[in-house]
Amino acid sequence: MAEVALHQVVKKFGDVEAVRAIDLDIPDNEFVVLVGPSGCGKSTTLRMIAGLEEVTSGNISIGGEVVNDLPPKDRDIAMVFQNYALYPHMTAYENMSFGLKLRKFSKDEIRQRVEHAARILDITELLDRRPKALSGGQRQRVAMGRAIVRNPKVFLFDEPLSNLDAKLRVQMRTEIKRVHQKVKTTTVYVTHDQVEAMTLADRVVVMNQGRIEQIGTPHDLYHNPRTRFVAGFIGSPAMNFIPCRLEQAGSALRTRVSDTIALPVPADREARYRSVIGKELILGLRPEHITEPRHNGRADGRDFEVTLDVVEPMGMETMVFFTINETEFCSRVEPSAAGDAGAKMRLHANVDHMHLIDPASGAVI
Amino acid sequence: MSTGTMTMPATQRVGRRTRSLRRDRRWALITSYVFLVIFAIFFLVPPYYMIVTALKSDAEVAHMATNPWIIANGVTLDQFKILLTQTDFLIFFKNTAIVTICVVAITMVVSVLAAFSLGRMRFWGSSILATGIFLTYLVPDTLLFIPLFQIVKAIGLLNSYWGMVLVYPTLTVPFCTWIMIGYFQSIPKELDEAALIDGAGHMQMLLKIFIPVALPGIIAATIFAFTVSWAAFVYPMAFLYSADQQVLTVGTVTSLIRADVYKWGMLMAGALLAAAPPLVIYAFLMDYYIAGLTAGATKG
Repeated sequence: MAEVALHQVVKKFGDVEAVRAIDLDIPDNEFVVLVGPSGCGKSTTLRMIAGLEEVTSGNISIGGEVVNDLPPKDRDIAMVFQNYALYPHMTAYENMSFGLKLRKFSKDEIRQRVEHAARILDITELLDRRPKALSGGQRQRVAMGRAIVRNPKVFLFDEPLSNLDAKLRVQMRTEIKRVHQKVKTTTVYVTHDQVEAMTLADRVVVMNQGRIEQIGTPHDLYHNPRTRFVAGFIGSPAMNFIPCRLEQAGSALRTRVSDTIALPVPADREARYRSVIGKELILGLRPEHITEPRHNGRADGRDFEVTLDVVEPMGMETMVFFTINETEFCSRVEPSAAGDAGAKMRLHANVDHMHLIDPASGAVI
Repeated sequence: MSTGTMTMPATQRVGRRTRSLRRDRRWALITSYVFLVIFAIFFLVPPYYMIVTALKSDAEVAHMATNPWIIANGVTLDQFKILLTQTDFLIFFKNTAIVTICVVAITMVVSVLAAFSLGRMRFWGSSILATGIFLTYLVPDTLLFIPLFQIVKAIGLLNSYWGMVLVYPTLTVPFCTWIMIGYFQSIPKELDEAALIDGAGHMQMLLKIFIPVALPGIIAATIFAFTVSWAAFVYPMAFLYSADQQVLTVGTVTSLIRADVYKWGMLMAGALLAAAPPLVIYAFLMDYYIAGLTAGATKG
């Protein structure tokens, strides 16, 4: 087990800069998830840690030792690939023991480690099977077993659940979390699925266009995004964004989003926003923070009325879509409170969770 | 009520579509069987003629009045007996076997190593080199044998079947390398990355992962090298001239055709025996060839 550190790491493919001078410190035992859209540089970063891509400049160290020039086998890492990458001509047991055999472990030690990993992953009865006789989920377990038996300093996961169907993905997600809680190895996990990132990570690293947008706990990223990108990327359905103007209303402040709708700014935020009064900004509000009124009729200026465009019942909640000033909004309401498409509905904005964004820099104010 | 008479009921429409699909399928099957039968006849007639002629006596072969497609005067193995006891056929056979085994071995070692480096280890100029290797295959041996004659003569291997062991790989290596490059490239790159992380070097990766996974490709290449080497005609015709060094293809023809005298019965018996090893090899390796070993390596 070891800490992983990236210092000013750059990766260029010809003229294209895939990773732009990133810094990242991962303490021992931590589960870090790199998340971002396709082409954001997350997989390249992981592959550089693995030693499968050379670093253009900067340093990567594992356990305090700079590993830039070390081949993958000498970095003491184990990697789980998106498409499993199991050796098709070997049984699950042989797949898991291959790395140990190459490292000249004794037969007894190999058997002991493989059986231990198989027990953790509940694949003991599958050890004699070849990959083609295994289902997708079982193959991914064997691939994880191959990583566990090595007892490496760092686990690297490259979108390991992307090839599985939705139900199995949820199951395996829990499995991965359970395994990490047992073996506690430092883990770097790459995914484009923000739900996976939020549920698995101790800390999430949001990447965009080769840069790190924000590093933080899932809770932190959800409640205190630093940029519009992070605010929009974390959370499902995504945060609603609408152009607004910050106005002075007596001693208080309010955000005007349309001729008829102006939402009050909570008193504890007034000091923070005072410098941008009168400016054109973007208001960000998550669907779960726009609900049916739940304040027993005590209107506080946070209610507004809309005409519903689309209504999507999900069972435990209903998503309603409507338009304000040609901007589509999504809101998450109680199924019993939702009207039909075309009907008018009164909604309540929980402005305690609002975000104001500078449209020029994309920074959350 | 009126809608029922104006539009076709759904069940009727589905029924009509199913019937038409079934009819289409029947016609497709009939057409494919007709062509399969035509091609089967086309390709099986020469071997049939070969077998029939090999089992006839010289007298019957020479007798113009009998039907050449059937054995009228009884089956005889005389042609085989004479061929094996009174001609150099067994020497030709032995020479061919030695040459072929050596050529297949050399070809597979060179091709597998070349294809692995060209197909998997990306280095500057590797793709141009791969194309270049294939281009050398496109030069026909009827053009190459003149310069090769000089080379073989210069190293003192003229009229020696070891000269064939040297020149046949110029035909087999480029094509086998090309086949193997395709196979190695079709293996997902994550497999060698997984092996790299597991601690394998390039040679271990080749021996323990790539060769077992690419076995169908290696077998296809082996079959090709075997066939080319077994059936080569131009080079032995040009480079070998004494009977003790000769190989089957040229040896059978030169020793059994004297001026305008064709020993048809023995020629056919010789051709039959010469065709047997490739047939056995095909039959034995075809199962491996078809078995898709890559199944299960990755998603799909």
